[in-house]
Amino acid sequence: MTSLPESVDSKLGLVIDLDTCVGCHACVINCKEWNTGGYGSALSDGDAYGSDPLGAFLNRIHTYEVAGDSERSQIVHFPKSCLHCDDAPCVTVCPTGASFKRSEDGIVLVEENWCIGCGLCAWACPYGAREMDPGEGVMKKCTLCVDRIYNENLPEEDREPACVRACPANARHFGDLGDPESDVSRLVAERSGYDLMPEQGTRPVNKYLPPRPRRESDGISLDGLAEAERTGSDGFFGWLDRALERLG
Amino acid sequence: MHPAYSVIFFTVLSGAGFGFLSLLSVSDIVQRSLHSEFKLLCYGFGFVLATVGLFASMLHLRRPERAWRAFSQWRSSWLSREGVLAVAALAAAFLHAAFALVYGAYPVLTAIPVLLLSLATVYATGMIYAQLKTVARWNSKWTPTCFLGFSIAGGALLYATATSMAPQVQFSAGYPLYAMLALAAAWAAKSIWWKRGDSAKRISSAESATGLGGIGSVRLMESPHSGASYLTREMGYRVARKHARKLRMLAVLAGCAAPIALVFASIFVPGAVFWLSLASLSFFAGSIVERWLFFAESEHAMTAYY
Repeated sequence: MTSLPESVDSKLGLVIDLDTCVGCHACVINCKEWNTGGYGSALSDGDAYGSDPLGAFLNRIHTYEVAGDSERSQIVHFPKSCLHCDDAPCVTVCPTGASFKRSEDGIVLVEENWCIGCGLCAWACPYGAREMDPGEGVMKKCTLCVDRIYNENLPEEDREPACVRACPANARHFGDLGDPESDVSRLVAERSGYDLMPEQGTRPVNKYLPPRPRRESDGISLDGLAEAERTGSDGFFGWLDRALERLG
Repeated sequence: MHPAYSVIFFTVLSGAGFGFLSLLSVSDIVQRSLHSEFKLLCYGFGFVLATVGLFASMLHLRRPERAWRAFSQWRSSWLSREGVLAVAALAAAFLHAAFALVYGAYPVLTAIPVLLLSLATVYATGMIYAQLKTVARWNSKWTPTCFLGFSIAGGALLYATATSMAPQVQFSAGYPLYAMLALAAAWAAKSIWWKRGDSAKRISSAESATGLGGIGSVRLMESPHSGASYLTREMGYRVARKHARKLRMLAVLAGCAAPIALVFASIFVPGAVFWLSLASLSFFAGSIVERWLFFAESEHAMTAYY
């Protein structure tokens, strides 16, 4: 079971738009909420209200400063979760068969009742996409909300991963990346979506859309504001400013 | 990488145990027997050492009650292979020793599986680490070479110590010399491993990890979590890395220089049992420092995100 499937029928995954992500962490919170009550055991926290809290999350947002040629650097909010790799190294290292990749849709899952909590899969993953559950002692990872996407008890619009459903900026897209005609595949083709750490040879399914290049007219200049401050103003605060100035 | 005591003790103790078992079986293959009953004691000691190590490894598991499941995936997983091989090697050693107990002889036919399975187990232990592309320092054929080297060196030291203790056997300089050679070989491999590791380029960077390298250099501005996480504790371990140089010196001193000097002393100074026992203890102390560094010094690709 820990061998990878020879072929997958579809490649379900996420496309994450770094141009539109606003870094609000709503996807993180909705993921945590759903997965605490969904597939497997609760996604627990250790010492949640103490001085040294340590919680398991399946999705995390990093914020980067990217310094390019222009004087102004660029801020990029960067959501990261399991990429459901075609060549998932976390699957083949598993000694128990708890870690597996489904042949029907390519989702990488953990059978929690088989997991011995050795942590080797987390070592094998270059993305840091797997976290040990502090309460249950088993490995946790993004399930692509396998208990939502096929769930006929949910209204159809809710049958997508919790993170995608929560995103207020529409920065997350869900679909079949194995089908070149799907919306997500077209999006990747249009916006030159790319793989993270291609050098690790994991062939991730999830794709990232790069931030659009910035125009020089983007953003406002603060020079005018500073000028206004220097020349002073009238009225009460103008008088106060001058009075304080005189006091030395 | 986080240096867990359970894994440090497991690799050091099991390594030495299987190394000792493999050298005992070599002595049976070449028909160079110690006193028969004393040798049985030696097999017992090797067996216990390896087993204690394996139990130490189980302390590393968060759900040890399910450890039996780890025997199932030998087709794909080195960790599973190691488990299967370890049990097979212990079973082979038990069978070999049981035969000796009943018939009073150590047959070559049952000694060969002990040798092969013991070495294969240690190789598999090394491959658990060497297979990981995510840890540049580990991802090398020198990793299993070092594990085998330390296993055989520990085994050779224990074997030399055993010959000095064995009743009705004339102690000769041969076994201490073998032990010195094995020690030198193990540490030579380790120095190559260190040298390679120091210059081994991490294949991933913040730029490749985020794919934003095309725009410019990437720096983390806000961490996804304000406190620690499993990821930063397990993969982002940095404590005492700045003392790595000193600790390497300590490892070489205790694990290589001192044991070689003590083994040398055992040939010329009376009291070989004392000198060789001390040499073995010093080697294990040095090995523990070396193994601690093996984890603590190694950086994981995931840290590129932080």
